[in-house]
Amino acid sequence: MLLGLTHRRCLLKCRSVKSQTTRSAVVDSALSAFRSICGEDGVSLAAAVREQHGKDESVHRCRPPDVVVFPRCVEEVSAVAKVCHKHDFPIIPFGTGTGLEGGVGAVKGGVCFSLRNMDQVLDLHQEDFDVTVEPGVTRKALNAYLRDTGLWFPVDPGADASLCGMAATSASGTNAVRYGTMRENVLNLEVVLADGTIVHTAGKGRRPRKTSAGYNLTNLFVGSEGTLGIITKTTLRLYGIPESMVSAICSFPSVQAAVDSTVQILQSGVPIARIEFLDDVMIDACNRFSSLSYPVTPTLFLEFHGSERSLEEQVNTAEDITQSNGGSDFQWARDPETRNKLWKARHDAWYAAQALRPGCKAYSTDVCVPLSQLPQIIVETKEDLIENRLTGPIAGHVGDGNFHCLMVVDPDDPEELHRVHLFTERLARRALAMDGTCTGEHGVGLGKRALLCEELGHTSIQVMQGLKDALDPKNLMNPEKVLQLRRV
Amino acid sequence: MSGRVLVGVKRVIDYAVKIRVKPDNSGIVTDGVKHSMNPFCEIAIEEAVKLKEKKLIKEVVAVSCGPQQSQETIRTALAMGADRGIHVEVTGKDYEALGPLQVSKIMAALAKKEDAQLIILGKQAIDDDCNQTGQMTAALLDWPQGTFASEVALEGDKVKVVREIDGGLETIKINTPAVVTADLRLNTPRYATLPNIMKAKKKKIANMKPADLGVDLTSRLEVLRVDEPPQRQAGVKVETVEDLVGKLKEAGTI
Repeated sequence: MLLGLTHRRCLLKCRSVKSQTTRSAVVDSALSAFRSICGEDGVSLAAAVREQHGKDESVHRCRPPDVVVFPRCVEEVSAVAKVCHKHDFPIIPFGTGTGLEGGVGAVKGGVCFSLRNMDQVLDLHQEDFDVTVEPGVTRKALNAYLRDTGLWFPVDPGADASLCGMAATSASGTNAVRYGTMRENVLNLEVVLADGTIVHTAGKGRRPRKTSAGYNLTNLFVGSEGTLGIITKTTLRLYGIPESMVSAICSFPSVQAAVDSTVQILQSGVPIARIEFLDDVMIDACNRFSSLSYPVTPTLFLEFHGSERSLEEQVNTAEDITQSNGGSDFQWARDPETRNKLWKARHDAWYAAQALRPGCKAYSTDVCVPLSQLPQIIVETKEDLIENRLTGPIAGHVGDGNFHCLMVVDPDDPEELHRVHLFTERLARRALAMDGTCTGEHGVGLGKRALLCEELGHTSIQVMQGLKDALDPKNLMNPEKVLQLRRV
Repeated sequence: MSGRVLVGVKRVIDYAVKIRVKPDNSGIVTDGVKHSMNPFCEIAIEEAVKLKEKKLIKEVVAVSCGPQQSQETIRTALAMGADRGIHVEVTGKDYEALGPLQVSKIMAALAKKEDAQLIILGKQAIDDDCNQTGQMTAALLDWPQGTFASEVALEGDKVKVVREIDGGLETIKINTPAVVTADLRLNTPRYATLPNIMKAKKKKIANMKPADLGVDLTSRLEVLRVDEPPQRQAGVKVETVEDLVGKLKEAGTI
C-alpha cells in the first residue's frame, strides 16, 4: 500500500465516518488526481517535507499536513482545490513559512499547497508604479528584480517573506509610518476559493491607483490568513527609491520623552521613514552583544528619506524636537557604512535579546495602541515583566504605536512558559483596554482567536463568520485560524 | 593625469533567471529573458563613482559593446553616477561571436582615444565566466594589472590593489595607467534611485562601431554545443551499514 496507516487516519479526521475500504480508495484516487495535475514531482508524502510545511517561525509546535502539493500555475491550484473540495480535505496555503502566529499548522491535517514554484514577476509597469507577482516571489527577490528601474517595494517585515503571504497576513514593517502596510499597497489579488473558483478581487488585470468600484474585496482577502482563499497573484504599489537616506539616533531620559518626540516629529510634517524605539533593557542587551556603548536609556532610531536638501531640513527639525524633549547624544550619518553602524543595535536586537539567555528561545509579542497611550502601556508592561521575573526587552515601531516584547524563555521550563503565556494575554488585554489591537502586524493565527473575539465584540465576529460561511461553507480553508470554531 | 576612468559594463542574463538551453543545443535561450548589468560590472562602476565622489578622479565613462539594448545597461551605469557613456555597436553574428579578445581590443583602442588613467572592469561575466578581458586589455596596452581587487587605493601616480588569491590576500602597487578588475568584496553597489535615473536621461551616450576604432572582430573560437549539466539523480536509502558498503563497492568508489 502506498500510504501508511497514519496518513489514512489523518486525512479522514475531518470527514464523516466511512468504511475502511471506501476510505483508502478515496484517498488513493485523490493522490493520483493530485499527481496527474501537478506532476509526479509535484506531490509529496515524505515526512521531512510535511514537517517542513507544518511549522513557521512562531512557538507553535509543528502540525504537519497529510500531503504537500506543489502547483505550478493558478489552473493547477484551482484543479487541486476542486479535488480537495470534493473530498472535504482541509486546504492550507504555504508561502515561505516565515509567519509568527502558527498560521500554517495543519491542525486538522489536510493538503498543504506549497506555492513556491509559482515564482514569476509578471507585468511590471514602471510609469504606473505597479507590478504583479506570484506567491513564490519574496520581497527581497522583487526588490532585486526592480533594482535597474529605480523602484522598490518598501514594506519590510524583516523576514524575506512571500509577497502574497505578506498580503495574506496584512504584513507591516519598520517603514510603515511613511509607506504604509500591505493594506494600503495591494491593488488587486487573484484568489482561488475553496471550491476552485478563481476570483480577481478588483477585476482581471486592473490596476488603477484608486477606485470606488463595488465592495472592497481586495482588502477583504488582505489579512485573511488563508482562511478565505489561496492568493495566487498580488498587484502591488511601488515607490521610487529615495535619492538619499540619513540615519540618526537619540537617547532620552524616559519613554514619555521618546514618544512625545515621535508625536511632535509626525505633527511637524517631517515625512519620517523609520522611527524605532528600543527600551533600556534592549539597549543594554545590544551593548553587551555588539560591544557598543550606547547610554542605557530609552533610545530612538530614526531614518529619513528624500533629496539632499530636504534631508537637511528634516534632520534639523527632528534634532530640535528631540532636544526640546530632553533628548541627548543626537548623532546622524549619511554614508552607508556609518548609517549601518548607528543602526547596528536595532538590526541586532533579535539576536542580542536571545544572547541575554543562551539556550533559550525568543518569542515576539505584538500589540498596537493609539500613540498617546504608548508611554503608559510600555511603563505598565515593564512593571509586569519585572514583577513576574520575565526577560522581555522591548523594540517598537513607535511611529505606529506598535511595539514588541522579545520574550526570552527557557523552552524546557513549563512553569516559565506558562508565566509568559499569561503575560502575553495580560499585555493584549492591556492594549485592548487602551483602544488598541491584540495584533499590530503578526496576525491572529492560532493563538489569538479568543483575543480577536474580545477585540471585535460579538456582532463584528458574527459578520466575519458570515463572510467566512459565504466564501467557504465547508470550512476547508486553513481551519482553526483567525476565527474560532463555532459551537453548534 | 587625465583623471578619466573607463569602466566596461556588460549586458547579461539576470543572475536570478533560470537558464534554459535551446532545444538544438546551439546556445541558451535569450529572447524575452530578463537581462541586466553583470554584477561584477556593477561593482566596477560603484568603485569608479566612489573614486569620483572622493575627488580622486574627474570623470567616469561607461562603455558597453553590443546591440541596441546595451544602451539600457549604460543608462543604469549613468544612473549610478557615471558621467557619460560610449556604446560600441556590435550586432548579429558579430555579437554572437563577441568575446574577451574582441572586447579587450575595443577597450584598448578606447583607452588610447580617451586618454584614460584607469580601466576598471568586472573580474568576469556571469554568462561566460571567462575572466580574461581585463588581463588581455592590460597586455594589449602594455599596462600593469591589478585583478581580483577587493580594495583599491589611488596613491599619487600609483595604485595600491589588495587582491583576493587562493592563499589569502596579496597587496601590490602598480603604476598608472593601469587595469583593475573588481572582485565581489570590493564594494556593495548602490541601487539606482528613481531621481538619478531621470537625471541620467540627460547624460550623453556616444555611438560608434568597432571599425571606427580600427578593431577587427574576427573570432578564433567556434561554439560546437551547449548542454545542461546532468540532472541530479535521486539518492538511494539503505537499511544497514553492510548495504551501504556494498553499494559503494558497486559504484566503484571504494
